[in-house]
This record gives sequence, structure tokens and C-alpha cells, in this order.
Amino acid sequence: MNKVLIIGAGGAGLRSAISAHKNGAEVTVISKSYPTRSQTCMAQGGINAARGENDSVEHHIADTLRSAHGVASQEAIAILCENASTEIEFLDSIGVPFSRDKSGEITQRKLGGASEARACYAQDFSGLKILHTLYDHCNKLGIKFINEHYLINLSVQNKKVFGGNFLDMQTGVTKHIEADAIILATGGYSKIYQKHSTNSAGTTGDGVAVALRAGASISNMEFIQLHPTALKNSSVLISESARGAGGYLVNSKGDRFTNELAPRDEVARAIHNEIESGSDVFLDIRHLGEEFIDENLPQERKLAKLYEGVDPIVDLLPIKPAAHYSMGGIEVNLECETNVKNLFAVGECANHKVHGANRLGGNSLLELMVFGSIAGESAAHSSSVSPEHKTTTQFESDRNFIEGIKHFTNQIDFYEKREFISNIFYNNVGLVRNDAGLKAVLAAIRQIQMEIPFMGPVDKSMHYNTNLVEFIEFGNMVELAEVILVSAISRHESRGAHFRDDIPESKDEMYATDLKVWREEGILCADFVGKTDDN
Amino acid sequence: MIIKVLRYTKEGGEREAFIEYDVQLENPTLLQALAFIKTKIDPTLSFSSGCASSICGSCSMRVNEVEKLACSYKVKDGDKITALKNMSRIRDLVVNMEESHSKNIKAKAYSEIFTSLQISQADAKINELQSDCILCGSCYSACPVFDTNSEFMGPFSLTRVFRYIFDPRENSGTKKIQNIQSHGVWDCTLCGECTLVCPMGISSKDDISALRSKSNIAGFMDPNFSAGALDFGAPTF
Repeated sequence: MNKVLIIGAGGAGLRSAISAHKNGAEVTVISKSYPTRSQTCMAQGGINAARGENDSVEHHIADTLRSAHGVASQEAIAILCENASTEIEFLDSIGVPFSRDKSGEITQRKLGGASEARACYAQDFSGLKILHTLYDHCNKLGIKFINEHYLINLSVQNKKVFGGNFLDMQTGVTKHIEADAIILATGGYSKIYQKHSTNSAGTTGDGVAVALRAGASISNMEFIQLHPTALKNSSVLISESARGAGGYLVNSKGDRFTNELAPRDEVARAIHNEIESGSDVFLDIRHLGEEFIDENLPQERKLAKLYEGVDPIVDLLPIKPAAHYSMGGIEVNLECETNVKNLFAVGECANHKVHGANRLGGNSLLELMVFGSIAGESAAHSSSVSPEHKTTTQFESDRNFIEGIKHFTNQIDFYEKREFISNIFYNNVGLVRNDAGLKAVLAAIRQIQMEIPFMGPVDKSMHYNTNLVEFIEFGNMVELAEVILVSAISRHESRGAHFRDDIPESKDEMYATDLKVWREEGILCADFVGKTDDN
Repeated sequence: MIIKVLRYTKEGGEREAFIEYDVQLENPTLLQALAFIKTKIDPTLSFSSGCASSICGSCSMRVNEVEKLACSYKVKDGDKITALKNMSRIRDLVVNMEESHSKNIKAKAYSEIFTSLQISQADAKINELQSDCILCGSCYSACPVFDTNSEFMGPFSLTRVFRYIFDPRENSGTKKIQNIQSHGVWDCTLCGECTLVCPMGISSKDDISALRSKSNIAGFMDPNFSAGALDFGAPTF
């Protein structure tokens, strides 16, 4: 029986756990928080599956492919869309309370970029209810959870992973946990944008940075989706379903200025242009009426009142685009395996080649279900041959790092640097980019990398030290920031979420492909797959 | 604005003290105030947070002895902030939720045998509210039963059981009801403290009442009555 260790307990981790368990593995799910606190609970809009009378898997594939702007895998998208209905039926069978129509069928709504109403939903709590139901089902299966353990690094020998090293946050002890196969399900990296992100505090790209350090390739890191409608002051997300239901985007004059249901990159840029021209931008859902809003968008109303002091039934909602989703991530094949043996990745931390340069709403919950199922099965059946004499070098180094925190001098405040990075990223590595801006930010990031030894946690306690965890998260974000910048600078074109005002056109002959990044002897390498070799 | 936070540590023996912080922010949420303290005044302050949108359940704590989500509470001058009750404290405002979560397993808060994929719109409404639970633990903290009875399954686990038992797709007969007889529905005093503090507007008290009725229909009785604990005398004819 394979010992499968799943790192991360959001939707992708839990779906993988259920699948690995079904395939006979001994499963442990480990995470830095508790399972139901992960980013998945924030997904509101729904989960796509072609089920309607006029819809078809082919339409779903075509929409996804179009939105990906030429950098996705047709094969992967076909797997995603063909398995969608099966996953909806699985969720239904374990008790996800999907919203229903009058005939008792699961009802669907239209999200941006979709040719049909395709997203199955549970009011605007779709992610919450899917995540909690998956958690309850894991409890039924007796899956083992280890909570509040922070991943520091993976232990790898001869390009084969055999365990992970974790900080037990409650005791401060560094632990090595062995496994035959490891699935990274650690989420995205949009929290680099901090207060300009809709994401949860923990979405710091830990797994992606760890995978890069462990010798895995990562790809398409420059494609970061900014959601068009976050509340202006708090970056709290207002779901696309508000526009799907007929909400308008208006400027300060009260005029509509874009097609509200275009793909997210287009809508977000249209909003950006309005804001740049000195206008405010608002979401107007007043005409939908109180009854409809309370029935379908209850969470939106509550959040708008609380964070912006406005009631969408009578007021306009002030909004701005905010970093929302990382399309890029750990490079995986169709079985979700990375280029490190027995190491798998799934969900937002992985690049499953289905979102390409711009993700469609309703496809991320679907991705973690479909590929979670595949990752669990792959990991359960992966070859369980571990190295005979396991090296302890990585573990010792990780333990020494944790024990050495008391020697960090903290002459430079990393929280200040974290805020600084978030601002320069939002302004220069956001919706509109250019060579000069990207290179200036890269110079700033390289400077911060030099300064890291002069930072560190002020808190020297070994006991639930969140200051320490946030410092390591900061280190991971700085590492990924460099990769994002190198990727964005290398991609001399505009494509989907990566828009450059110095090169506004796409250059398919050069760049209609994945940009892969990896480390060789510590040096960061980048290559457009299948393009540069051919030249 | 001055807020008082009950700091707590187990290192070198258990100690606790209210510490006052001057928060220089305009009309902040409590979570924004705590983040301000951590990043600008004292990085050793420990608390949990996640989504900052009232949906992940990480930042539940008590303000002036009432459970709140820090991200959805506008903090006021003089507020006293403490950790949740009925769970062991780890550090400052962070508690260990393992034990409370283990009650979900004990209560078997999951689907057993689901049949039929079609359910009516009205039937889908039955457990809509109960499935809004974010597992923040506010109800568990507010529940007075734990003062004397640590075995009680607690409000959120029973609400989760309600969610599955009352789902029209559940088809496991009385098995699930039987499982919540001991340390379950009858241990509740129906005081309603849980209802008052739920950030999602769920009433575990009402759910437990409904589960009691369901238990009665299934032939189970309140043990407080059946064991002769309350004997009003049998009528004679």
C-alpha cells in the first residue's frame, strides 16, 4: 500500500485524498491551517459542466480554449470538460447542496466568456459548500489530517521525492515526514499583491517555491488573473455571477463602457482604462431587485455593506480589479506528475495547461475536482521504490534554519518590504506592464533578496510563531516574484492576462507556448517550450 | 483608539495579561486592527486569519465576552479581546480546534447513503442555511453545556448532522439518529447562546430541536425523562 502525503487541504487536496484513498493508498493530508480554512471556500460563482440542453462538451472545450489564448493543451482541456459532469454527480452524491430549478435539476448560470449557462452553483457559497462537503466525506472515509504544520522543503534524492520537512507550528519542532508519493495542493501565489488581492492570507505560493527549490520545473508564472470586480477599499471579491445575472459596469458619469460578460482579462483592462482616465468604476446591480439579490447573491450584499458601507439594492458598488488567480504553477503532465519522480501537483499551485493565459470563471473548481481525482489515482499507483539510503541533508538544513531564527538580526522590517512589493507589483506587474516597469521591479526584488539576511522574525519563540511563518512565506513570495518578473520580461508580447503596452500584439510564431522556468545549480533558467530549440 | 488584548503564553509556565494597544486607524475591522498591531507595534501578537471576508472561519474570537469574527467586527475604543472558550488556548488569541472538530467524526456529520439525484427546489431549501456553516467555532465557544459536560457533541456538529439527516437524498433510515442520542441532542439545554453568536445566522438550537423531534418519531426518548430523573408520578385509573 502506497503512503501518499498530500500537502494542502483545500478542494484540490481533499479531492486528491478521496481519490487516493479509493485507489487503495494510505493517505495523510497535512496543511498549515485547518482544512475548511483554505482558499477554496472563497470561490463563489460556481463549477462548470456542460449539462444544459443547448450546451455540449465541445462548446465548453471551445470556450476554454479561446480564453486560454493559445497556450493551453487541447488534450488537457478535453479531459477537464469531458469529466465535468461525472464530478458534479460525485459532488451531488456526497451531499453538496447545489441550487435547483423548478424541475429539481441542478440549476446553472452564465459566467464571463461562456457561450452557455454552464456554472453549477450553491447560491454564492459554491466553494464553501463544496469544500465543507468534501471535508465531511474525508471524515467519513477516516482520512488522517495533520493540521498547522508548515511545509519548509521537500527531501529529494536522485530526482525522486521521499518526504517533506515541516515546522510543527504548535511545538516549534521541525519534523520529517516520509512518503512514497507526495501531492502538492498548496494553492496559488496571488497574495504577493497583498491588499490588492482577493485571496486569503495564506495564498503565498509556498508549494510552488518549494517545488522550484526541489528541482521541479514551473511554468507560465507571468499569467496572473486580476478579477475585474473587487471592492475598491478592501479588495473583497464580488463574484462574476453578479454580472452573469445582469449587473452593469458604469463609470462616474453613469455610462456603461464595456461588455460585462467578456473574459476577465478584457473586462479588467476596460475598468483599468476608465480608472486611469480619472473615473471611478461601479458595479450596478440595483435593477436586479432585492428578492433576486437576497436569493442568489446574499454574501455579496453582506460584504458590500460591511466593507464599503453601501447596500447594492440602493447603491452603486465601488470596485477595482484585484489579483485573484495564478494560472501558472508547477509543471505537470496529464497524470499530474512533475519532473521530480513521485512528486505530483494539483489545483492552483499546478499548471494543468487548461487555463492558459486567462482562466474562465467556473473552471478552477472544476480543475481541482477533475485533476484532484487524477492526481490521487496517479499517486496511489506511483512506484513506491524509495532510495535505499536516504540522505538527511535537507532535513538537517531545514532544522538548522528554524533553530537559527534567534540569530536573525531584523535590522530591516520584512512587513514593510512585503507591503512595498505588493504596491510595486500592483502598479507595474498588474493589468498593464512594460519592459521598463518590469525591470525596475526586478531590480527592487533583487535588492530585497540581498537584504533578506538582515531581516527575520522579531518573535524568537518556538511556540506558535506566526511571525516566523510569515517570514518564511515572505521568502517564498520574494523567490516567486523574481520568477514572475523574469517570465514577464521574457515574454515580448501581450497575451491574455499578460498585457504589455510597449508590445500590445500577440506574436504566435514566437510565444504561443508555455514559458518554463527551473533552477540549474541555483541559476534560474527560462525557456519557451518547443520554440527556442527549433530556431 | 485603545484596545485591550488578552495575551497568553505557555512558555515557561502559563501566564496571561491584558495588554493595551493604540491603534491608529480609521474605523477598522478588528482584524485590520490586529494586523496593524502585528506589523507596526508588536510582531509577537498571535492570532489566526484567512480570507478577511467572513467565509473561512479562521478569525473567530471574543470581544467583550461575545464571539465575533474579527474580520467582520468594527472594533471600538476600549474593547477587550480574548480567545474563544471551551478550547485549549495555544497562544494569545489562537486556540486548538482539533477536539471540537473531532466531534464531527463522533457525530458522523456526513452523508451515509445518498439516493436519487433529483430533488425539488423546496426540498433543496431545507438545509440551505445549515450548509452555510464555516466551522468558526463561535457556537462551540458560547455553549454553556461544556462547563459541566465535555463529551457533548456541541452545536456545530449537530447542525452538520441536521444538514445530512434532513437532506431528502439521505436514505440510511434511523442509523444516523441513533448515533446522536448519547452526548448528542439531549445534552443540549436549548438556551440559544449558539444562535446569538453565529455569524452566518444559523440556529443550532433550532436544528437540535428538530433533531429531537426526529428522534422521538424514530422511537428514541429524552433520557432525562425515561430514567426517572424527573418523576411527576404516574396517573392511576
